[in-house]
Amino acid sequence: MSDKPSKPGFDTLAIHAGAAPDPVTGARALPIYQTTAYVFDDADHAASLFNLQTVGFIYSRLTNPTNAALEAKLAALEGGRGCTVTASGHSAQIMALFPLMGPGDNIVASNKLYGGSINQMKNSYPKFGWTVKFVDADDPENFRRAADARTKAFFCESLANPGGVISDMEAIGRIASDLHVPLIVDNTMATPFLCRPIEWGATLIIHSTTKFLCGTGTSMGGAIVDAGTFDWSKGGKFPSLTEPDPGYHGLRFYETFGDMAYTFHSHAVGLRDLGPSQAPFNAWLTMLGMETLSLRMERHVANAQKVAEFLEKHPAVAWVNYAGLPSNKYNKLARKYLPNGAGSIFTFGVKGGYQAGLKVVENVELFSHLANIGDAKSLIIHPASTTHRQLSEEQGIAAGAGPDVIRLSIGIETVADIIADLDQALRKATERRAAE
Amino acid sequence: MDSPIAPAAPAVDHDHYSDSYLRGILRQAKTIAMVGASPNWNRPSYFAMKYLQEHGFRVIPVNPTAAGTEILGEKVYGDLHELPLKPDMVDIFRNSEAAGPITDQAIAIGARMVWMQLGVRNDEAARRAEAAGLQVVMNRCPKIEHARLSGRLEWHGIAPGFVSSKKRKL
Repeated sequence: MSDKPSKPGFDTLAIHAGAAPDPVTGARALPIYQTTAYVFDDADHAASLFNLQTVGFIYSRLTNPTNAALEAKLAALEGGRGCTVTASGHSAQIMALFPLMGPGDNIVASNKLYGGSINQMKNSYPKFGWTVKFVDADDPENFRRAADARTKAFFCESLANPGGVISDMEAIGRIASDLHVPLIVDNTMATPFLCRPIEWGATLIIHSTTKFLCGTGTSMGGAIVDAGTFDWSKGGKFPSLTEPDPGYHGLRFYETFGDMAYTFHSHAVGLRDLGPSQAPFNAWLTMLGMETLSLRMERHVANAQKVAEFLEKHPAVAWVNYAGLPSNKYNKLARKYLPNGAGSIFTFGVKGGYQAGLKVVENVELFSHLANIGDAKSLIIHPASTTHRQLSEEQGIAAGAGPDVIRLSIGIETVADIIADLDQALRKATERRAAE
Repeated sequence: MDSPIAPAAPAVDHDHYSDSYLRGILRQAKTIAMVGASPNWNRPSYFAMKYLQEHGFRVIPVNPTAAGTEILGEKVYGDLHELPLKPDMVDIFRNSEAAGPITDQAIAIGARMVWMQLGVRNDEAARRAEAAGLQVVMNRCPKIEHARLSGRLEWHGIAPGFVSSKKRKL
């Protein structure tokens, strides 16, 4: 296959990328390398490894063969050069910015991000001396207006959680390119099956692999994929990648590793010094899940579309916010960036507001009431009282998590059962409201 | 898969090398003259030389400013014409302009392959070498390609660019 100029298809990569047979035993399934460290051949081999002069394994905080397989698979699926997996999506965000930022630097980010991301950026980044300027991403020019000489990245979500907001990545990417700033896109909600942001101008992709990539709600994990296309030396903005690194005796990552510099730095410096390495068992379960990513995502989006259409006509529903519906504000962007489906996570409001919404959550049977998304099982939550409760009401509304909002993560069960469960819960909520 | 060098081979696309082309070159090259090899341990050429030595290649450094000294146990020569043996490959760690006359020297001493490093590309020199029957790779690093094709680059989270259900080997 390697001699054909055409690249393997997405489904082929989902199965095979990163999943070569074990070179020693021939084991066809990926082994779980549950080891902290690796023996050196001799002192010279050890020195070469510590100097980054040869590829190999030293310590599983930096690299691990099971994690590496997941990294190679995800890099291939996103169309990137390299990938670093981390303990969680939140640590992936810190790790993504770590090579780019120093005290006094800032990023410009969409104000409609997942609430947990807003919390991290607003409350914890200042402790590193990092600032985040939140802007309304519906007007991409807001990124240009907010940027200054210390801006080191733009940040948005391809498909935001839970507001169903879709970022105009091509427009934001063009402004990022004008200003020579890398565009970071959180692609957790879309997955590379529905959207590949690198094709629209993104430099770095972030994932919570905990969600659809794993797919079964078993394993925490995060990832950063580097497109390998950004010139880190231009303008001298990214000294961690271009200047001599004191931790490696003056090695310059970009000069030495070229388009792999960012990923090598993430392992050799980021994971080494910050330490949020992924457990190999989690990487293994995520690899297993990703083999069926295409099949699962097809069902997720087909079910979500049908459930959204059902809810839009339901007498107890005030509104449905799913970008796959023609009535939705982001439907045009959905057709451009997510032509195979607008994800399977969306929000709606029950007539009767906050109290009626809570009653729906309490009365579902098939849906699980919990704080996660992207499971094979259908999930439900009331963001204002749970995931987004640390936000102010104003921030919550901006993030699509106002007091009356219910979030669904539609699973891959029989769609008639999903619809029937929501219908009975909505009817109960309405009956009780009428009785009060 | 290991096709012998043949003058009638189809023209090589220097923007997109096939994996079998690169593999063939890396399998045939046993001795490599590295022009521009640095004695400084944290320079990219030193990295490449050390890696190639560890993977079975003999690398002979060529660098006029370090001639007569040793790099990684190998004597440094000032010029390709001074080499005591005929290298299979000449690996050029110099700029694209300097790669021209170095390629001509590689042809003159009977090397069978010329490899220009990442960022180094001289299409006229490549045409001269190919006309003389040499195989040419430009703007690539033999260390990176060796590591990629043998599956080692994946160990650091880098996508290899191909899929295969065979055990990884060069």
